[in-house]
Amino acid sequence: MGAALMLLAIVALPGCTGSDSAEGSGTELSFFIFNEPSGAYQEAATKCSEDSNGEYTISFEFLPAQADAQREQLVRRLGAEDDSIDIIGMDVIWTAEFANAGFIEPWEGSDAQAVTDGAFDSVVESASFEGELYAAPFTSNTQLLWYRKDRVQTPPKTWDDMIAEAQKIGDDGLIQVQANFYEGFTVLVNAMIESAGTQILKGPTEVDLEQAPTERALEVLGEFARSPAAPPDIDTSTEDTARLSFEAGGASFMLNYPFVYPSAKENAPDVFKEMEAALYPAIDADKPSRPPLGGINLGVSAFSNNKDLAFEAIKCLVEPDNQITAATLGGLPPTNEAVYETKDIEKAYPGFSDVIKESIDNAAPRPLTPAYTDLSLAIQRSLHPPGDIDPADVATTYDELVEKVEQAVKREGLL
Amino acid sequence: MARGGAIKTSDRTRSERRLGWMLCAPAVGAMLLVTAYPIAYALVLSLQELDLRFPDEGGFVGLSNYESVLTSSLWWQDVFNTTFVTVVSVAIELTLGMILALVMYRAIFGRGLVRTAVLIPYGIITVVAAFSWFFAFNPDTGFVNQLPFIADDKAWFGERFSSLAVVIMAEVWKTTPFMGLLLLAGLVTIDDTLNEAAKVDGASAWQRFWKITVPLMKPAILVALLFRTLDAFRIFDSIFIMTGGAQDTESVSILGYNQLIERLNLGLGSAVSVLIFVCVLIIAFIFVKGFGVRMAEGRPGS
Repeated sequence: MGAALMLLAIVALPGCTGSDSAEGSGTELSFFIFNEPSGAYQEAATKCSEDSNGEYTISFEFLPAQADAQREQLVRRLGAEDDSIDIIGMDVIWTAEFANAGFIEPWEGSDAQAVTDGAFDSVVESASFEGELYAAPFTSNTQLLWYRKDRVQTPPKTWDDMIAEAQKIGDDGLIQVQANFYEGFTVLVNAMIESAGTQILKGPTEVDLEQAPTERALEVLGEFARSPAAPPDIDTSTEDTARLSFEAGGASFMLNYPFVYPSAKENAPDVFKEMEAALYPAIDADKPSRPPLGGINLGVSAFSNNKDLAFEAIKCLVEPDNQITAATLGGLPPTNEAVYETKDIEKAYPGFSDVIKESIDNAAPRPLTPAYTDLSLAIQRSLHPPGDIDPADVATTYDELVEKVEQAVKREGLL
Repeated sequence: MARGGAIKTSDRTRSERRLGWMLCAPAVGAMLLVTAYPIAYALVLSLQELDLRFPDEGGFVGLSNYESVLTSSLWWQDVFNTTFVTVVSVAIELTLGMILALVMYRAIFGRGLVRTAVLIPYGIITVVAAFSWFFAFNPDTGFVNQLPFIADDKAWFGERFSSLAVVIMAEVWKTTPFMGLLLLAGLVTIDDTLNEAAKVDGASAWQRFWKITVPLMKPAILVALLFRTLDAFRIFDSIFIMTGGAQDTESVSILGYNQLIERLNLGLGSAVSVLIFVCVLIIAFIFVKGFGVRMAEGRPGS
């Protein structure tokens, strides 16, 4: 298998060297990021290259669309100390891993100040590791509760209300979520555990998972997965299956990222007319909702030959103007709070820019640990499929979860 | 004269043999480089604690990686899954492949066309085939749940054995043609006069199949079985696409992938890879020693 992987890597190389270089001159900085379909990143890169007065030109090396596949390509290159990467578009969950492995450079002094000025605390937290900033917040993302206003009068504030409301609606009352055996399921679980009033880790290797709140979160998850409000394909549901089912009209609620809004406008105008956004539900009414946080932070590769220029380029890329471009073209929420006061943002998120802002403000980043992949696998292993969680006996599931999470942060054994 | 000639031939044979070795030396060298080196490297890695994410930690840990793999219930669950998929799919493939081979052999018209047509599933990239089966059985997009006697909302990938059943069907669909062709190759070497003679002696078609065709085809059947078993044991793509290992449907290859590529735990991942390699060796050994497969002389009459 090792041999096969090596061969695969060699064969795959020519496929990912196609670069899309912006017009300009000076040092070429290669920017590894997924191919954002609206072209918002390219526009920002072209603008920054032009404004650099010939100091640098940013060229793109596109990564796959799936976050797992992006990371896989990056860690292979970074593990081999590949100096052809200058700027990395990093998912919020990679910060600790890349920082600990020495793959990315820390941000210091005025540079760190410049790129975090005005950014949401939750986002800055996701870009930091052990008290140091390792990436510049670029575009954020968060999940909202999307609902059908023709079927639901006021959006539910808690999971229990949402499940009850969905059952009242009947066959079309389904709640679409992401509960396949993948990262999206960890996103769901983390949001629920945080909203119940505890957290998965209190330090990079220290498990928290207070018993009572964790069991409450598991109880709600199990109740939901076993209720008729859960879609039949819940165990294999992803962002896309949720979006497609909602667009087909058979669901009344959906927890998903804002990309579903322009998508519905395009694919399902009838559903789009009735589509409304609200804050992600809380576990209990007396505790705040802690919506999921996604997004891209920009890091400088530790193996780059042009680190100073890369820092400069990133400082330009994350400027509020470029964040507005990303929001209006690609629907990617800005990381800078002040941007939400501008008029342009209302164009990107008609009627729900406030909800997005509130959601990112309240968002709970996923645990920050270098062993994040292990942790995420451990959560999926112990809680998937959610329908197997017995709401009447969550203690067994709780024990299994704690055991697996302990194993993950210690990186022991198979996962 | 005759003597001199004999010595001369022997010289020539020897030099030809030397030339043969020289000619295949580059290939042998390349094989060693691309197979022996990675295998040896994996062995070395498997004895270390090595995690790309924690570059400062690690070192030689002896057999402890093997210990954690072999004492993990996950490994044994995955060995079971892999063996289950292998045995069931190869058994079905052998039966269908034999029928296919007999049909192809007896086909009177359009022989070339029939033989090409059956190969089409085998020509499709596994990942693409896996996606088509995945979408066909998906309750949202698939047609399978529209068929009679199947519940409209049956979540095929929501449960362990229904997921494995779809995986097995996809495997069978894709590789039966390969099996069929290997068996056909064995079938055409059987002298038809044997069948004719048995017919004259009053043997039924069933008897002729079991008493003449199968025994004479045994070497071909065993080679086909060996190839497919080794192939099936390394199953990755279909499961990766359809369930990603959810519902306890993981195969040993996916387990290795998770440790190596996802967790970047090179030590543990290499230990899994080495153990898979050992399993493959055991399977090959059982076939060669136990059933007496002769790879090079897998033809009757030689």
